[in-house]
Amino acid sequence: MSILLFAESQQGKLKKGSTELSSYGFALAKQQNTTFTIVTINCEDADQLANYGASKLINLKMETKHFEAHAYATALAEIATKEDAKIILIGSSADAKYMGGILAGKLQAGYVTNVVGLPTSNDPLTVKRSVFSNKAFANTTLAGAINIIGLSNNVHEEISQDSSTTVEQQDVQTTAKCTQASLEQSEGKATIADADVVVSGGRGLKGPENWGLIEDLADVLGAATACSKPVSDMGWRPHSEHVGQTGKPVATNLYIAVGISGAIQHLAGVNASKIKVVINTDPEAPFFKAADYGIVGDAFEVLPKLTEKLKARA
Amino acid sequence: MNQPTYYELYKLLCTHNNLKIFFIFVFHLFLMKILVCISCVPDTTSKINFKENDTVFDDQGVQFVINPNDEFGLTRAIWFKEKVGAFVDVLHVGQASADPTLRKALAIGADKAIRIDTPALDAFVVADQISNYLQANPYDLIIAGRESIDYNGSMVPGLVAAKCDIAFVNTCVQLEIDGSTATATREMDGGMEVLSVDLPLIIGSQKGLVEENDLRIPNMRGIMQARQKPLEVVTAVESLAKSAIQNFEKPAPKAAVKLIPADDIDQLIDLLQNEAKVL
Ligand SMILES: Cc1cc2nc3c(=O)[nH]c(=O)nc-3n(C[C@H](O)[C@H](O)[C@H](O)COP(=O)(O)OP(=O)(O)OC[C@H]3O[C@@H](n4cnc5c(N)ncnc54)[C@H](O)[C@@H]3O)c2cc1C
Repeated sequence: MSILLFAESQQGKLKKGSTELSSYGFALAKQQNTTFTIVTINCEDADQLANYGASKLINLKMETKHFEAHAYATALAEIATKEDAKIILIGSSADAKYMGGILAGKLQAGYVTNVVGLPTSNDPLTVKRSVFSNKAFANTTLAGAINIIGLSNNVHEEISQDSSTTVEQQDVQTTAKCTQASLEQSEGKATIADADVVVSGGRGLKGPENWGLIEDLADVLGAATACSKPVSDMGWRPHSEHVGQTGKPVATNLYIAVGISGAIQHLAGVNASKIKVVINTDPEAPFFKAADYGIVGDAFEVLPKLTEKLKARA
Repeated sequence: MNQPTYYELYKLLCTHNNLKIFFIFVFHLFLMKILVCISCVPDTTSKINFKENDTVFDDQGVQFVINPNDEFGLTRAIWFKEKVGAFVDVLHVGQASADPTLRKALAIGADKAIRIDTPALDAFVVADQISNYLQANPYDLIIAGRESIDYNGSMVPGLVAAKCDIAFVNTCVQLEIDGSTATATREMDGGMEVLSVDLPLIIGSQKGLVEENDLRIPNMRGIMQARQKPLEVVTAVESLAKSAIQNFEKPAPKAAVKLIPADDIDQLIDLLQNEAKVL
């Protein structure tokens, strides 16, 4: 038995979450008294994961250059079988969640998503996962012959090891089911999924013309920008920025909410963030009950000052 | 005048009762068939509590609704039905308590509801039942929400895709269908990709596929019609769960917020840097 870990990359470069996942992989292997293998696909800098304690590091070279869920799932199912993996570790990105179900179906494996820590028991394999949009956790046992663990973002400490695993290259052949007609990707900009800081604006900002305030603050912090649901419904911002229970989930280190009241559906989606700061004119806004730090004040006055001071500090 | 769509023609001809059966048969050969898989979830404002030693979700006083991600998909399906013609069926794996939710789906425009009668123990059971149903009842397009807002599994459509060996596009925010191919836009982390794919196809639906104000509230006429529409209860095939919830936990209560005066931004920066260590 061994553990197989899939570290994602994009345009040949490892994604940010891959080091956290690898650290988790090491801790899991230790706990399970076994070894783990890291697999990447079409990745040029897989050697960056050499010092995370994996016994093997395999880069699969595939014809399809971009991520294609069916091809990736097929390749991973194949290598998991070859490596006799009993646990497969994947992340929580949009790609991982897209591919995970297909992979589980192919291997007839057990699968849980949004796992927040190491297994609490090995027999049967039991993990804690977040459910009801972060309003609860469910301790869940897995009964597959092979089981897939989907690790949440930002739940495990990054620790490198004293190892120097070398990268093995392998060719794989699989067929895709979807053909990419076009791709539109923001280059070099932090995304809500993997930014350390997210700056989010609500209806309190009054209109799209004021979003410069949010963007300026995000720029100094290297943060991604997000918004509440009505803001995207009104077309002030694109849907892709809508966060909350019915939008994107946020599990970042620092979430700054500006002019957002903190409705239950909004909080559900952002509560997994470690530190929440709220800026709101209304001291009764429900967000103050969920936040770590708060300023009762006008966004139009507070934001420029905050941005300026952070700029001066940088 | 615009050319009548297959569906309009179909509706017109179906007013002739004795011809109806015949035309339903003929139009089944032409019109796209869409299956929308629906999960019933606690309304987003529900208090989440547990009972029986924290092993069971406490549904007392909880209002159940169509999972929002599924509703965006259903609304797009009804759009296809009205604009280009399609048969739209909704399917739920679960027990009779979900029937009112299925009637709502019928009231906003679905043609038929199917309930596979078995407790939805986990995503594997649900996916097995859906896949099995699809073997005997093929559809061109299958829609499932990208995730249900109760257990947040995000697993069902991928599992069905693998079991039925059909194409899957998740987090789908735009979908056009032309003959036997679909053009689907997928939202990724930090971008979008447009995919071209052959039918049959399963998508994971979410907001964007239709807008918030395209969502429909059942009207009186729809509700009356829904009573006449078929709600088939289908016996489940045997399938085993691969996961089981032992118990639930609530997150630890949060410490009170630290308020910082609006004119002391330095203090906020200091706290974020030295206390929270996030800057
Ligand atoms: C089924 C369902 C699903 C939903 N899903 C989501 C979801 O996923 N995400 C989501 O966000 N919402 C969701 N909602 C909507 C949610 O209920 C709230 O309506 C929404 O979050 C409110 O957005 P808001 O905070 O921007 O606006 P408001 O509630 O209008 O709040 C604006 C805030 O700005 C403050 N303000 C005003 N002026 C200023 C100023 N000058 N400076 C600082 N503060 C100011 C106000 O005091 C107020 O607190 C959902 C609702 C439903 C019914």
